[in-house]
Amino acid sequence: MSTIPGLERPAPVPNDLTKPFWDACNERRLVLQICTECEKLQYPPAQRCNECGSADKLEWKEVQGKGHIDVYFVIRDSRIRGFRSAQPINFAVITLDEDPGINFLSNLPGTPPGEVPVGAPVEMIFEATSTGQLVHEWQVLT
Amino acid sequence: MVSDTSWMRDREGLGVWEHRGKVAVVGWGQSHMDRRWDGVTMDRSCGGLAKEACLKAIADAGLSLDDIDGLITSADTRAEQTWAPRPYFAPPYDTEDGLIKASAEWINRELGFKNAKYFKSDASYIGPMMGLAAQAVGDGLCETALVWYPMVNLEGRYGHNNPQNSNEEAPGSSAFTLPWGYQSGAMFNNLVIFQQYCKKYGKSHEGLAPLCLNLRRNGLMTPWGYYAMHEPHQLTTDDYLNGRMIEEPLVIFDCDRPVNTCGAFIFTTAERAKDLRQKPVYVLNHAQNTGKGRSTMSTLEEHQEAVSSLARKMWEGSGLGAADVDIFNPYDGYLTFTQQFLEGFQWHGVKFGEAHDFYADDIRVEGPHPFLSSGGNNGTGRNRSVLYSDSIQQLRGTAGPRQVTVRADTALAGCNTPDSNGFIMFSKHPS
Repeated sequence: MSTIPGLERPAPVPNDLTKPFWDACNERRLVLQICTECEKLQYPPAQRCNECGSADKLEWKEVQGKGHIDVYFVIRDSRIRGFRSAQPINFAVITLDEDPGINFLSNLPGTPPGEVPVGAPVEMIFEATSTGQLVHEWQVLT
Repeated sequence: MVSDTSWMRDREGLGVWEHRGKVAVVGWGQSHMDRRWDGVTMDRSCGGLAKEACLKAIADAGLSLDDIDGLITSADTRAEQTWAPRPYFAPPYDTEDGLIKASAEWINRELGFKNAKYFKSDASYIGPMMGLAAQAVGDGLCETALVWYPMVNLEGRYGHNNPQNSNEEAPGSSAFTLPWGYQSGAMFNNLVIFQQYCKKYGKSHEGLAPLCLNLRRNGLMTPWGYYAMHEPHQLTTDDYLNGRMIEEPLVIFDCDRPVNTCGAFIFTTAERAKDLRQKPVYVLNHAQNTGKGRSTMSTLEEHQEAVSSLARKMWEGSGLGAADVDIFNPYDGYLTFTQQFLEGFQWHGVKFGEAHDFYADDIRVEGPHPFLSSGGNNGTGRNRSVLYSDSIQQLRGTAGPRQVTVRADTALAGCNTPDSNGFIMFSKHPS
């Protein structure tokens, strides 16, 4: 379960396209698609390369879970049931150090709502959901 | 079902629109507006309001039912699934059609058009729908199209009863957003971009206050709008800044209020428009964006480029430039993204990072920069039609107390967000 009190995240449901990603999460690893044609990383996974359109050049590559906080806001009145008992809760955008054009969402476990150090370095952690599927999260480096 | 998009003008390099000045809007009708349907009054249901708006638009044009040969609408009524399961009513309200949407086939049956031959009910939302209508008339798929756009608000707190928001699992692409509380692109991605904007240009949420207040002011001069009818008082800066937080810093007054209503328009050929009741409002071009950013969240720079590209498409197809646009009514469904349109189109010379300064200047309809003279959806309730009806009224010279004092020969209006939208250029003159 999440380390954020009251939070019940909807659990990701892997499909044929995304199973390698979610399987890697369960091994506490971060893998992203990479296009061998244009060498661009891609996240979230897609059937084709968003850059060059190649459909058969996408492979999986393990990357380091290092990033920085770009911006954030605070969810105070969520429509999503599993978040209503956790609000206020941070909603941050994390850029990946290996390619800042790739970004991730984060609720920043361990950082009080509204006290987010924009620009700070973060590292990837993993949190469990109700099905046991791990999801990738980010924590401020201290 | 995926809508056909081959008619769209969604890329640069297409040149002047082939039907520039050969299509005109000649009628407009707006139904009654309520906060939500009461569930029992059938002429205030989606279907009832759609019929009301359609008949008003036809009458406004001075046409009869027999003159209509095209019926165009959208099923994007934002009804969500907040009401089902529930019992149906006596015909014609015995299916979803008529209750949460009003399809071309339903309206055809209800109003009895004898000559309708072109039916289209799958426009994705009003922005592309207006372009689709102009293109259909220009292409000769129909001569006179009735186009309507219902917005539906049913019982229950908006969004909270949607089954998707109670799901314990996140399937498909939502697996990469929902587990972190992401709700919608219009709200969440654009708030992310607003925060990037404030960070880059040293701005803050307070900079939106003058826009919000002026939209309410304009909305109170729109007699059929929600606030003019139901809550006829002006907001103050304190009201705005102390508004209930939704997603901090976004407050309730940044969000357009869901309502139950319908707007309708009549498109026809410029030739047919010559001898009709209203002064024709000609269409000079339409353009769309259907893009998406590279990663989970689109970025400020991606949206800035998206709107800049939209502007280039609009200038290319219409033969106009930023300085030629008199009336500008872009979507304000969340106030956080409206500035992207203002800056991307460079209306009144506003450049990237300057929107908040522009808002703090004189944007009243009596003043030199009557931005969103319609009052937008923030000032009239989320009907979306007002962006177009005000543009038409301003060019006709019938906007009443909202009539601008500057030149009103051309108008640019569109919906929805910077990366996904449809815009249309109107003019008093065909060329």
